[in-house]
Amino acid sequence: MCLAVPARVVELLDNDMAVIAFDTLRKRISLAFVEDVAIGDFVLVHVGYALHKVSVEEAERTLKMMAQAGVLQKELEAISA
Amino acid sequence: MKYVDEYRDQELARTVAAAIAAEVDHGRSYHFMEFCGGHTHAIFRYGVQDLMPENVHFVHGPGCPVCVLPVSRLDDAVELAERHGVILCTYGDMMRVPDTKQRNLIRAKADGADVRMVYSTLDALRIARENPDRQVVFFAIGFETTTPPTAAALKAAEAEGLKNFSVFCNHVLTPPAISHILQSPEVRDLGIVKIDGFLGPSHVSSVIGSRPYEFFAEEFQKPIVIAGFEPLDVMQSVLMLIRQVNEGRHEVENEYIRVVTEEGNFKAQALVSEVFELRKSFAWRGLGIIPKSALRVRDAYADFDAEKRFELSVKASREAKSCECPSILRGVKKPTDCKLFATVCTPQNPIGSCMVSPEGACAAYWTYGRFREQQPSKLEPAE
Ligand code: SF4
Repeated sequence: MCLAVPARVVELLDNDMAVIAFDTLRKRISLAFVEDVAIGDFVLVHVGYALHKVSVEEAERTLKMMAQAGVLQKELEAISA
Repeated sequence: MKYVDEYRDQELARTVAAAIAAEVDHGRSYHFMEFCGGHTHAIFRYGVQDLMPENVHFVHGPGCPVCVLPVSRLDDAVELAERHGVILCTYGDMMRVPDTKQRNLIRAKADGADVRMVYSTLDALRIARENPDRQVVFFAIGFETTTPPTAAALKAAEAEGLKNFSVFCNHVLTPPAISHILQSPEVRDLGIVKIDGFLGPSHVSSVIGSRPYEFFAEEFQKPIVIAGFEPLDVMQSVLMLIRQVNEGRHEVENEYIRVVTEEGNFKAQALVSEVFELRKSFAWRGLGIIPKSALRVRDAYADFDAEKRFELSVKASREAKSCECPSILRGVKKPTDCKLFATVCTPQNPIGSCMVSPEGACAAYWTYGRFREQQPSKLEPAE
C-alpha cells in the first residue's frame, strides 16, 4: 500500500483531475497535490493521487525496479480494478 | 511488460558494495533500522543483506500501517459493516487481516456485509454518490503518504454536500513512532535492540519532508538517511549511515533528493492540517500507546467522522496468543523466532498482521528469506 507508481499524464480534466497512462492502461487520478502539471509530464501516483512530479529517467528507473521486484504487475492490477 | 528487462545497475551495486566493505570499521557492529516495509522488501528481494559485510545488520521496524493497526480498530470496522449496515470501503491490504474472532473483511463480506475494496478514496466518493440511500464509510489507514488522499476526499465530500460519506480515521504518524522506539527500554536501557541509525522512509518523507527527523538526530544522537526504494538507494544510504557512524556524526541526510525535499509537499500538508488534528494518544499494535501519534477528524468536519456518526462499542484489543508481532515490530525478535512462522502461520493462513500484509516482516521472510540459501541474489557481490 505504500508503493507509488510513476505514470505519464495524457489528458488534463476539470477539478484538478487528469488521465494517466501505463502502456495500454488508463486511469483518472487527482492532481490536487501537485502544481503546474502539463500533458506528457510524469507524476508519482499513490492511491489515485499524484504526489509529485518526477523526471522521465526517474520514472523509467522506478518502473524497471518495480517490474524486477515483481510488484509492478500487482500495483497495476490494483490501479485497474 | 515493457519494463521487464535486465536490471542494468549491477556494476554500480558492486561499486557501492565495495565502498561499504572498504569503509566499515571491523572493530564495531552496525545496526540500522529500516522503518518502511518497502525497504524490508528491497533488502530481501535483492539480497542486499548478502552484499553487506558481516558486521552490518538490518533491524526491521514497524513501518507497515496494516501491521500496526490494533485489532480493536478492525473489530470496529467490521462492526460498522455488520451492525450499522454501512458500505465499508477500504484498501485491499485490509481485507485479509484477521480480527479478534479470526474472521476478516472477506469473510464478513461473504456473510452478507457490504464491504468494498477500493484503490482510491476517489472510488469511495463515487460509491457514495451512486448510493445516496446508504451510508458509506471509508476505513482509512496509513502513514503520511496515504493521509492527504483521505483529507482530499473529506474536503470533496464537504464541498459536494455528500451527506452519506464519512471516514473512519486510523492514520498514524511516523516521527512519534521512531521517537517511541528510541525511548523504549529495549533500546535505551536494556540494549536488547541495538540501533545505530535509521533508513528513513521515502514516500512518507516526500510529503512531510526531511525536516521532522532533525529532532531525533539531535535528541537521540542517531543518524537518519532518507532512502529511496531501489536496492541501490538502500545500499547507498547504508554507506552514508556507516560514514556518519564512523565520523561520530548524527545528522539527517537525504539520499532520495530526486523526490524528497527538506520541506516536503506544502499543498498536501496544508490540506491534512485543515482536516485533521492530533489525537492525544493512539494504541499501536505491538508498540502500545504512543502520545500524539495519530490523527483524527477535526470538529469542523465532525459530520464526516464515522466515529462521531456511529456508536461503536469500543473494546480492548486481544491479539492472537503466541504471535510475536509485538516483538517483531520493535525489532526485538525476528519472524523466524516465532513458533508459528511457516508452520501454522503462512500468507495463506496468516495469524498475525506481520504475515498478512505483504509489507510485513513475516511476509517478507516467507516470500524471500526462506529461499535465500537456494537462490543466489540478483546482485552478485564483487569477488
Ligand atoms: S509468523 Fe505469524 S504468528 Fe508469528 S509473529 Fe509473524 S505474523 Fe505473528
